[in-house]
This record gives sequence, C-alpha cells and structure tokens, in this order.
Amino acid sequence: MAKVLIIGGGGAGLVSALSAHEAGAEVIVVSKTLPTRSQTSMAQGGMNAVLGGNDSIESHIADTLRSSAGLGDEKQITVMCENAPDAVRWCNSMGLPFSRDESGEIARRRLGGASAPRACYAQDYTGLKLLHTLYDQCLKAKITFHNERFLLNLIVDEESNRVLGATFLDIATGEVEEIRADSVILATGGYGGIYGKHSTNSVQATGDGLAAAIRAGAKLADLEFIQFHPTALKNSSILISESARGAGGYLLNANKERFTDELAPRDVVARAIHEEMTKSGAVYLDIRHLGEEFITHELPQERKLAQIYEGIDPVHELIPIKPSAHYSMGGIEVDAQCMSSVSGLFAVGECANHKTHGANRLGGNSLLELVVFGRHCGKNAAEFGAQNPVPALENTQLAKDTNFVRGVMYFTNQIDFYQKQEMLANIFYNNVGLVREDMGLKAVLGAIRQMQKELPFMGPKDKSKICNTNLVEFIEFGNKIELAEIIVVCAISRSESRGAHYRGDIPARNDVMFGAHTITWREGGVLCADFME
Amino acid sequence: MEIKILRGEEAQSYNVELEGVTLLTVLNHIKTKIDSTLTYSHGCRSGVCGSCAVRVNGREQLMCEYKPNEGDTIEPIRNARVIRDLVVDSSSIARFNSLARAWTEGSREGKVSEDEMSSIQTQSDCILCSSCMSACPVYAVNPDFIGPFALTRVWRYVSDAREISSDAKIAAVQTNGIWDCTLCGECVPVCPQNIAPAQDIRMLRTKSGMMGYQDPNMASMFGGGLDFGSPVF
Repeated sequence: MAKVLIIGGGGAGLVSALSAHEAGAEVIVVSKTLPTRSQTSMAQGGMNAVLGGNDSIESHIADTLRSSAGLGDEKQITVMCENAPDAVRWCNSMGLPFSRDESGEIARRRLGGASAPRACYAQDYTGLKLLHTLYDQCLKAKITFHNERFLLNLIVDEESNRVLGATFLDIATGEVEEIRADSVILATGGYGGIYGKHSTNSVQATGDGLAAAIRAGAKLADLEFIQFHPTALKNSSILISESARGAGGYLLNANKERFTDELAPRDVVARAIHEEMTKSGAVYLDIRHLGEEFITHELPQERKLAQIYEGIDPVHELIPIKPSAHYSMGGIEVDAQCMSSVSGLFAVGECANHKTHGANRLGGNSLLELVVFGRHCGKNAAEFGAQNPVPALENTQLAKDTNFVRGVMYFTNQIDFYQKQEMLANIFYNNVGLVREDMGLKAVLGAIRQMQKELPFMGPKDKSKICNTNLVEFIEFGNKIELAEIIVVCAISRSESRGAHYRGDIPARNDVMFGAHTITWREGGVLCADFME
Repeated sequence: MEIKILRGEEAQSYNVELEGVTLLTVLNHIKTKIDSTLTYSHGCRSGVCGSCAVRVNGREQLMCEYKPNEGDTIEPIRNARVIRDLVVDSSSIARFNSLARAWTEGSREGKVSEDEMSSIQTQSDCILCSSCMSACPVYAVNPDFIGPFALTRVWRYVSDAREISSDAKIAAVQTNGIWDCTLCGECVPVCPQNIAPAQDIRMLRTKSGMMGYQDPNMASMFGGGLDFGSPVF
C-alpha cells in the first residue's frame, strides 16, 4: 500500500486525501492548523459548473480562457470545465448544502467575467460549507491527521531528484520531526499574506509550501500574477464577495456616480477602482437597493463584517472599499498529472499552477479547480507511490532543520521582524500591486535583499519551546521574504501588461516576447528565471 | 485601555492605546509591539475560521468580532486542555464529531426545495469554534459528553432531505449524547453563528423517540429507584 503524505488541510488537501484514500493509499494529512480553519473557509462566491439551461461547457471554457489573457492552457481548462458538473455532483453526494432555486435545482449566480450564471453556491458560505463537508467525510474515512505542524522543508534525495518526505515543527511541543512517504502532495495555499493588511487572505497564507518547494529544487511558475479583489473593506481588507455585484450592486466614486462595468473581470474592475481612488479619493460599494431581505438572506456575512469593521450597515449606507490582494495565480509548476519537477512531489490548489487561471482567475473557478484537480492529484499520487515505493535513503534534512530551530533562538534580535513584515506589506501593496513600474519594483527588490541580509539580526523574541507562535511567525516571514524576491524578479522581467500584472510604464501586452510562463528555480542557491512555453 | 489576559495561573495586564477595534487587533498589537510571548490562535479575522474563541469576562467571544472595553479579562475557553496562554487543544473536535458519526452516509441527487434546504442552513453555518463546548456545564460531570457542536452537526445531517440513512447517527448519540444534555441552553447565546444546539438536541430526542429509543434516565427512574407500595416480605 502506498503511503501518501499530504501537506495542507484546506479544500485541496482534503479532496486529495479522500481521493488518495479511495485509490487505496494510506493517507496522512499534516496541517499548520485545524483543517476547518484553513483559507478555504473564507471562499464565498461559489463553484462554477454548467448544469444545463442556456449555458454551455464551451462558454465556460471560452470565458476562462479569455480571462486568462493568453496564459491559460486550453487543455487544462477544458479538463476543469468538462469535469465541473461531476465535481458539483460529487460535492452534493457528500452532503454539501448547496442553495436551491425555485424549481429545486442547485441555484447558480453570475460572477464577474462569466457569460451566464454558473456559480453554484451555499449562501455566501460556499467555501466554509465545502471545507466542513470534506472534513466530515475525512473523519468518516478515518484519515490520519497531524494538526498544528508547521512545514519546514521537503526531504529530497539530490542525486535522484526524488522526494522522500518532509520535516515539520510540532508547534505545541516544539519538536522537529520527519515523515517519510512514497509520494508527497503540497496543498499549502497561496502567498497573499505577503501583502499583510492589504490582503483579504487569512494570516496563514504565507506561501510555506512554495518556499519549501523551490528550496527542494522544484520550479515555480508565474509568481508575478496576484489577483486583487476589487471589493475589500477599506480599513481591514476583509472580503466583500463578488456576489454582491453579481446580484446588482453598484460601484460609486466619491461623487456617488457609477464609473465602470461592475461585472467585468476582476483585474479590469480592480484597476478601474484604483484609478478612481487616485482621482476622487474614495470608492464605495452600494447594495442598498437590493433590500434588507435580500441582504440578510444572501449576504449575511457581508452585512455583519461591514458593521464590525467599518461601523456601517450596508442596508442603509455605502460600503467604503478598496482592492486587496486576494488570490495567487502563480504557483508550483506542475504537469497535467499535478506532479512538480521533483519526482514524487505533487502540488494542488492555490499553491500549484495548473495553468487554469493564467494571468487572471475568474470568480468561482478556484473552488472548482481544487475539487477537480484535488481528485485527480490524490489518485495520481497514490498510483505513483504504489508503482515507485520510496527508497529508504539516509538524509540530513531532519538534522539540519533540528539545528536550525535550535539555532534560530540565538539570532540577535537587534531588528524587529514584525516591523519589517509590515514594511514589506506596504511597499508590496504600493509597488507590486495593481499598477507596477520598473523603478518601484527595483526599489522593492533592493529592500527585500537588504531584509534577507538582516534576517540573522532578527529572530524570535519568545524563547519558549512550547507553542511558540512567535517562532512560527518568524519562519513564515522568512518564507515570505524568499517568495517576495521571486515575485519582484518575475514582475521586473515581464516588461509588458497582461491580466493582473499591469505595468504603468508599459501598458501594452506583448505576445511575441512574453506570451509564455515565467518559470523560476534555484541552481546552487542562485535564483534563475526564464520565459517558457 | 487596560485589559487582563490569563496566562497559565496568573493574569497579566496590558495597556494599549487603541479605540474602536476588535480584541484580535488589540492582541496583534500586543504581540507585535509589546510582548511577543503572548500566545493565541487566529486566522481569517472575519468570523469564519473558528480559531479565535476565548472567554471575555466569563463569556465566550470570537476575538475578531468582539470590541473590548476597559478592564476586560480574557481567558482561554473551557473544557479543553490549555496548551499555552489562550491556545487550547482542539483534538476534541475530531473526537466528538467521529463518535457522533457526524457525516452523511450518502446524499440523494435530484431536486430539493428551497425550504427543505434552508432548514439545515443555520446548522451548517457552524465554524467549530468550540464556544458551545466551553459554555456547556455537562463536561463538569461527564468529560465524554459528545456535546453541542457535534450533536448540532448530527441533526444537520439527519434533517437533510437528501440523507439516505440516519440510523447509525441516531444510534451513535444515545450514549454520552442527547440524553446527557440538561437542555439548560447555555450553548445558545454564546454561538457566534446564532445556532441553537439545545434546540437541535431536543429535535434529536424527538427523532430518537420516534425510532424507538428511550431516555435512559426515565427508564431507570421507573424501572428501579422509586418503588412505592410494593410489598416487602
């Protein structure tokens, strides 16, 4: 029986776990937190699938392809869209409580960039209910969970380029441990956390899996593509779902006038808002005309959050908003089987780049992607593991990481990493955000390289072995810095504008030079980048 | 503003100059600017991940939804082992949901009316923050009580119009389950999602009765204990 190690307990991890289990593998899910606390719980809008009506799978493919601005892979997108109806049926068969329409069918709503209403949803709790339903099924299948374990590194045999397992910090005890497996799936989520308070993401979205992957020799793809959600609450960057606009919400400028098509793709709307904010100082979302009953019924979270964080009631008042970093299109480079460039190392969900979103993701396609490719990835990893049992090779990774965790306590702490983290978030939002320019990007790169040099002068102030979240946050900061450098290098290299990557100094798209993926990897510690088909 | 945070045996006071923000924002401020050893759990900061439940002046709150007042005392939630400061062991979530078999045995395809679906809407809003477990007095006498969140989850699946079989779930909650609840209702006001577990437990009792199960407390009451007038020879 193959042993499959899954790192990450969000939607992608749990779907892979169920799928690998079904394929006969012994599955261990290792998660930084309790699985139901993952980023997936925050997804609101829905899961796209064509279930009949005046819609067609061809339109779903065409919409997704168009939005991807030349970086979506038609084959992968076709796989995702063709499997979408079955993915929704599968979720329904597990008991996901989809909202229903008047005829009793699964209700669908229209999200930005879609030519028809095709996002199946469960009020504005689609991600929460999907995640909990999956977790219930994992408990039913008696899948083994190791929670509150922080991924340190993948264990790779350098000679054969074969993954052997991974090392973790047991957060509660402070011990470093290794888990060996026949195949490893990374399902660790995105890297929006780099943007700190300018991101809609959970504080956990620190890109740990991507950072570990590139350290282990894997390739990353298209890291410069980060989606900004048009409507986050102005002060807290808390997400107001696209369904608010899908249902007819307006965007208003400081003079209370509409200024854009609210249902254009996210990159277009986000830039229009950015421009309007620069011009008139403020932008608001107006859903008052939808009425109290509709808002209470369909957008209960939004109403509550606007009241807590902005002190306004959207039933009667305008919601102050700004665009915020929301989704990482870039990720670990994987093939059609979801395998990375390291043998036996798979990746799925937001941490992977399945080439389905390209330069800009459509709302409702991320939950879909994690279900379709999660099922696919779990099965593939189980089969790979069964056919290629992991060799019992000696490896020094555990010793190295144990030493690191011990040694980091002696870092000098002359520089406060929380301050640097906040600075990183601010300079990223302002220079590696919606509008980027060569000068600003290069300045940020300089600042990041300085921070990398300063890391030994930072470190955790808390010296406790037991449940040291200060230590965890410091290592997360290290991962953020590692990825930040790569994102900026990609953004500098891509001297054109495409999808979510908009260069103020070069607003045109250039397919001849840049109609390809930005692939990055490390060779002997040196960061390499190239454009590849 | 001064707030007190229980850390192990002792409470520590912190002074922060922040107004109109959530308790989580205050704790983040303390951790990043004043005392990095302060330890707590958090995630989404928007009330859906269920990480940040604590007790404020003896009542369960999500830190990301609660705005603190001068003199508030913050403690970890109850009925769970404290790992450090406000972080507690969350393993009872998997344990009790598994014991209660809180999952579908299979879910029918086909049409379901809006009304039928909205009848399980509230129960499926649960974020597993454990506030209800913290407020429940039954744990003082029975640490194996399956408890409010798991029983609500069972009712959510049992009352799902698509569910093909509820037998195993109903059987699973007879021992240390629905009959151990005192229906005191302490779990209801503390739920950040407005779920009423006590209500769901009452529904499970009715359903169990219809399926031929009996309240074991009642059975023992009439079967033994009180024995009026029986001749003693």
